[in-house]
Amino acid sequence: MSKLICHQENVNESNIQELMDVCPFDAIENNNGIIEINAGCKMCKICVKKGPKGVMEFIEEKVVEVDKDLWKGIGVYVDHVEGEIHPVTMELIGKAKELAAVVNFPVYCVFIGHNITEKAKELLYYGVDEVFVYDYEELNDFRIEPYTAAFEDFVNKIKPSSLLVGATTIGRSLAPRVSARFRTGLTADCTVLEMKENTDLVQIRPAFGGNIMAQIICPNTRPQMSTVRYKVMNAPEKQCEPSGKITICELDRTKLTSKIDVLKITKKEVEENISDAEVIIAVGRALKSEKDMAMIQELADLLDAQIAGTRPLVESGWINAKKQIGLSGRTVKPKLIITLGISGAVQFAAGMNSSERIFAINKDPNASIFNVAHYGIVGDIYEIVPQLIEDIKNSNAQICAR
Amino acid sequence: MEILVCIKQVPGTSKIEVDPITGVLKRDGVDSKMNPYDLYAIETALRIKEQKGGTIKVISMGPPQAKEIIKEAFMMGADEGALVSDRKFAGADVLATAYTISQGVLKMGKFDLILCGKQTTDGDTAQVGPEMAEYLGIPHIANVLKIIELKEKSVVVEMDMPNTLEIAEIQFPCLLTVEKDIFQPRLPSYRKKVSTKDREIKIISLKDFEDQDEKRYGLTGSPTQVERIFPPSVNNDRETWTGTGAQLSFKMSEKLKQLKFV
Repeated sequence: MSKLICHQENVNESNIQELMDVCPFDAIENNNGIIEINAGCKMCKICVKKGPKGVMEFIEEKVVEVDKDLWKGIGVYVDHVEGEIHPVTMELIGKAKELAAVVNFPVYCVFIGHNITEKAKELLYYGVDEVFVYDYEELNDFRIEPYTAAFEDFVNKIKPSSLLVGATTIGRSLAPRVSARFRTGLTADCTVLEMKENTDLVQIRPAFGGNIMAQIICPNTRPQMSTVRYKVMNAPEKQCEPSGKITICELDRTKLTSKIDVLKITKKEVEENISDAEVIIAVGRALKSEKDMAMIQELADLLDAQIAGTRPLVESGWINAKKQIGLSGRTVKPKLIITLGISGAVQFAAGMNSSERIFAINKDPNASIFNVAHYGIVGDIYEIVPQLIEDIKNSNAQICAR
Repeated sequence: MEILVCIKQVPGTSKIEVDPITGVLKRDGVDSKMNPYDLYAIETALRIKEQKGGTIKVISMGPPQAKEIIKEAFMMGADEGALVSDRKFAGADVLATAYTISQGVLKMGKFDLILCGKQTTDGDTAQVGPEMAEYLGIPHIANVLKIIELKEKSVVVEMDMPNTLEIAEIQFPCLLTVEKDIFQPRLPSYRKKVSTKDREIKIISLKDFEDQDEKRYGLTGSPTQVERIFPPSVNNDRETWTGTGAQLSFKMSEKLKQLKFV
């Protein structure tokens, strides 16, 4: 077992406080001059690297590695409900192809459900080498035990080196179950994935609410598993001709029993919530009349955005109170926010200044919104927005014609 | 009804920064608190107990200071609590953590239902609950939005699926992870604080476990390794554009295209 040891003889009054302070988890305790490490230790080894010299030492015991040559290929879990394939699946196929190219691996899909064999053909237009289909009545609804059993069967038969699963509510329930069954590593919500020459998958994910990023590897077990959220990776272009093959897999039906019964499925009413929006168009007082909201709506539709606004617009009743950004409204952190005619008072800016990309259009070059905007555009929304709508429409048309 | 609730102590704030040069975590203030999502799990347990009777036990894993959140659970109405704590558990990743807690659960007596919050605010993985269910060999449902009906041997719940809501019945014993807002969590009670201040919190360590193989716990039992931590890249470039309406809109649509929003 790898362990952290303390060379007690090198601890003295002058360095003991320094040693305790270096630990970000308060795991080093001073028990009458004797250093003790408590259960708060995360083995970050900062005390070895940054603490007083020669006090803490990390002794690593070599763990038996798996034979990585036995595990080949990258598997993608096909996320679906009743055969309707979730688009995160195509994005993962796109990423899997990139990763596979580095080590010359095939890309596989595992598709678990009922009456899905026909639907599996759709996947062959995205450049996968083989789709493994588990098509049984017991797999009609997502129930954890039979789905895990089918997934387990796929892993045992195919021995994929890496598995990518969409971080949907299904993937976030299924992937941990599979990883525990194989006693292997699973990294949640990866934002960056890279393949090393030795087939180790480098996984980067945010932690502490996105305030730090962690780079994680899983060097001693296979398969290595990651979940990835929707709209993080890029889907490959659909090919004109299908390629690859579909393999129907047999499974012992006694493994498909479940202690769960799905009684009823209802369509979710999507309530728009600006806090979850990825793209937001925010409007302010520069909007002259309520009918101009139609122009804003058109731009929002083109960018797949939600509309939000400042308090004066809420008070005038042009937008719903739930769509107000700011200290007295909601805090938003979208990938893109475009503010239109908003001056950027502190009470508004505090609710949106951690957005990833901020475009601001305002007539007044001294508006404080330009202090938070990445792209400050000095101009009149009534001149820019209609033209912008045209430009975006034109560029969309070009893509379709290609 | 025997209910077990899994809770975790997390940093009081997620405003944690990494020094970009040394890679050391900078923490201003070492405040810690109960993972906010766990409050919903405790509240769910209390509501079920109000209907069905029984006992609520809470279990946590962490350093001795984590006893604080177990006391907080007592103030809300939990009946018993235990802390899984051992120096040998240090450095555990999700898998090792789930295995460690599930070993602890086996020392807590018989249970019908295990409740977990949907995720923690420090790790954000939402994986420990389902992995524990696997180790305990029981079914689980994640992202439960509502408890619809409590039956003798099962519970009917509403679960959140990617595009649908599903009503499902799951037999005991089982594990549920509950969504935020399933019930509004109550505030801790002062009266309960006074009456439970001497209540024992059992410490469960490796020597109490059925599986005492050290290789399965802590850093050695963790298949994943953190290679490095670093601050997220922030986009601090600021530019100002001026020109005619047509020039500006063209520049903007080109930029949006380049950033893949169009």
